[in-house]
Amino acid sequence: MSDAIEAEQSFVDKFPQEARVVRAALLSSFFALTLGAVFGIVQTLHRTDVARIIPSTDYYTVLTAHGVFMVISFTIFFLVGLFTWAVTRSLDRPLIDIRITWTWYAIMAVGMTMTGVSILAGFFPALDMSADVLFTFYAPLQAHPMFYAGLAVFIVGSWIAGADWFRTFLAWKRDHPDERIPLQTFMVLTTMAMWYIASSAVAASVLIFLLPWSLGFIDQVNPTLTRTLFWFFGHPVVYFWLMPAYLLWYTVLPKIAGGRLFSDPLARVVFVLFLLLSTPVGIHHQYLDPGIAEGFKFISMTNTMFLLLPSLLTAFTVVASVEYGARQRGGTGLLGWLTDLPWRDPAFTGMMLAGLMFAAGGFSGMVNAGMNINYMIHNTIWVPGHFHLTVGTAVALTFMAATYWIWPQISNKPIYSRSIGLFQVVVWFIGMALMSNAMHAQGIMGVPRRTAEPEYSGFEYATMFGGFEELNVQIAIGGTLLFVSTVLFIGNLVLTMGNPKVSGLAESLPPALSGPNDAPKVLDSLRLWVGIALTLVVLAYALPLAAIINRGGLLGPGVGTYPAWIAPTLDALAAAVTPLVGAIGKVAASLVGVIL
Amino acid sequence: MHIHAYEKLWLAASILLILLLIGSVTYGAVGPGVAMVTDSEQPIDAQALDEDDRFSEPRVEQVGDNEYAAYVVAYQFGFEPTPIVVPENSTVTFYITSRDVIHGFEVAGTNANTMVVPGEVSQITVETDDRQEYGLICNEYCGAGHHVMEGKVNVVSQAEFDDRNDGGDDA
Repeated sequence: MSDAIEAEQSFVDKFPQEARVVRAALLSSFFALTLGAVFGIVQTLHRTDVARIIPSTDYYTVLTAHGVFMVISFTIFFLVGLFTWAVTRSLDRPLIDIRITWTWYAIMAVGMTMTGVSILAGFFPALDMSADVLFTFYAPLQAHPMFYAGLAVFIVGSWIAGADWFRTFLAWKRDHPDERIPLQTFMVLTTMAMWYIASSAVAASVLIFLLPWSLGFIDQVNPTLTRTLFWFFGHPVVYFWLMPAYLLWYTVLPKIAGGRLFSDPLARVVFVLFLLLSTPVGIHHQYLDPGIAEGFKFISMTNTMFLLLPSLLTAFTVVASVEYGARQRGGTGLLGWLTDLPWRDPAFTGMMLAGLMFAAGGFSGMVNAGMNINYMIHNTIWVPGHFHLTVGTAVALTFMAATYWIWPQISNKPIYSRSIGLFQVVVWFIGMALMSNAMHAQGIMGVPRRTAEPEYSGFEYATMFGGFEELNVQIAIGGTLLFVSTVLFIGNLVLTMGNPKVSGLAESLPPALSGPNDAPKVLDSLRLWVGIALTLVVLAYALPLAAIINRGGLLGPGVGTYPAWIAPTLDALAAAVTPLVGAIGKVAASLVGVIL
Repeated sequence: MHIHAYEKLWLAASILLILLLIGSVTYGAVGPGVAMVTDSEQPIDAQALDEDDRFSEPRVEQVGDNEYAAYVVAYQFGFEPTPIVVPENSTVTFYITSRDVIHGFEVAGTNANTMVVPGEVSQITVETDDRQEYGLICNEYCGAGHHVMEGKVNVVSQAEFDDRNDGGDDA
């Protein structure tokens, strides 16, 4: 009878090699989160003029680091860890070859290190290297070549990761020819299909234009073209951040709530919609760009509005699944069931608060998407107010909350303190509520984003919803709470890693109420959906890109380079090479003398 | 595929919301006439603005009955002319370009807001109200001195505007 007494196997018991990769990816992610949080607090206190410990010219190095470490390293390393877990778990088989898995992890780590070093070098003038170009790296501002090269390497690593999961799925498919794609794997595959389409544009921009330009092979680039290629990638990348959170809301949150997913088919529909609609919308970031026709902006706007649909459907399904869980736990009444949920569980409360904030972020997003009211808030601090609700909370808080649930299963170590965890997620929520709300309000006053000193000498902002200064105080307090919350999260995790291993931490995920067999088979036809997605991308982008190239040329009309990296680099190279050439010449001359 | 009745209702409401949002934007464009910054202006050589009729001498000039054109150059780290002086209760069309990197042009607290891209000319038309001084901000990061890049848009009386221009001050 020993079988019955033994605890169910956890993920790490079943797949120890995969669990190591997942832990490595998550730890890379949290390392980036730590750095991002340090730069975040420096930035918050600087901008609000509470404490300016760096010169304002260095603010943009801090801002670049905060942006890149948070939305590239933190999010995407978490994603690859979570997706590795999800594919392995839902297919119930190991990955094809763990060496390939470690290879892509190493490539991504090397790429991000290159980019990170090039950014951080900006703090040391002696190093003659910097990448103060922010997350969007708009030409003709130029970064050191290593910044672009690192990004390209990182993206290639993510492509190999996707291929690893696809190949593992195909191997599974050979053994299970008649089965539906398990839901989590379906989510991973559709997300990665979207990622291949989206990241191809930024890879092209970097490899064809920006990297050769920073190396001095081409003199200039077309700023509108590289900007448009960036946003081709820049909008779907927000769904790349969000899809792991959706995966958790659909497949893990209902279980933690005590129930199960409401509808598997609708979850599939939602992920297919994201694959189709995430990319042909990027021009909505360029509503106020000259050189792009109004008609293209209008098409992008309508696509963007339809992109609300999968998120609205998600709101329904997730709330319905949680309500089902509450009623399973004995909840009753129209809203009374809300009290029967596991609010003391940091994983549950964190994800629920994240979802609540996402709803608020969705509404401010509708304003951003509304082409004409966008004039009021474009490039104001309203916009970071918006995305700190979405990527900064819906995604980040979900990831942290999920860590409390998933870490024990991939390490066999129980969380050090669930109470600190609960406190941490609530502090994040309060901090973000303060900071984001005040940022939105300042945005309407016209306070710009991305500036070290938003106070100007020549004028004062009008007073609405409290004055500029008062809102600054809210931002500073909010940002400080977020920093404290991150420290608590990291501290809790580090202490967890010091815990002894135990057994009995396995968690299973129940099937959906309405299972995959209710879903039309066509939903699993990934080829079809990728084909339609590509068609939509061509429809949305072929004409605008052709028009941009037609106007400005492939390599831009008379646009310079700021700062020019290659000149000093070449000078140094020349300085190093010249004496060498002289020495070689002397050696050659003496050799000739000896021989003759 | 089974879809719960409530979910169908939610789906219908969601699509209605989306159509309303698209409708409101469309109405904004055709009703009040909020035009988008578009590709109406020809591309320009950003490194040869000195030879351009409009931008070699950034200025405000009258182009019609109560209609004015403001030619503005954004650069690291400022705007020309500064301040930009325009008459009250008039129609002003801004033509803005950059001679170096991407900048923003935002009249703080209003919806006069556009990107400024080297090689392109942004055109926005606004109706000025009564006399007021507005802050002009670059709202796109443009380099280490981005935070000092500011200007002014001064809406003045017609008389003051005429005085300034007659006095030889070309702003």
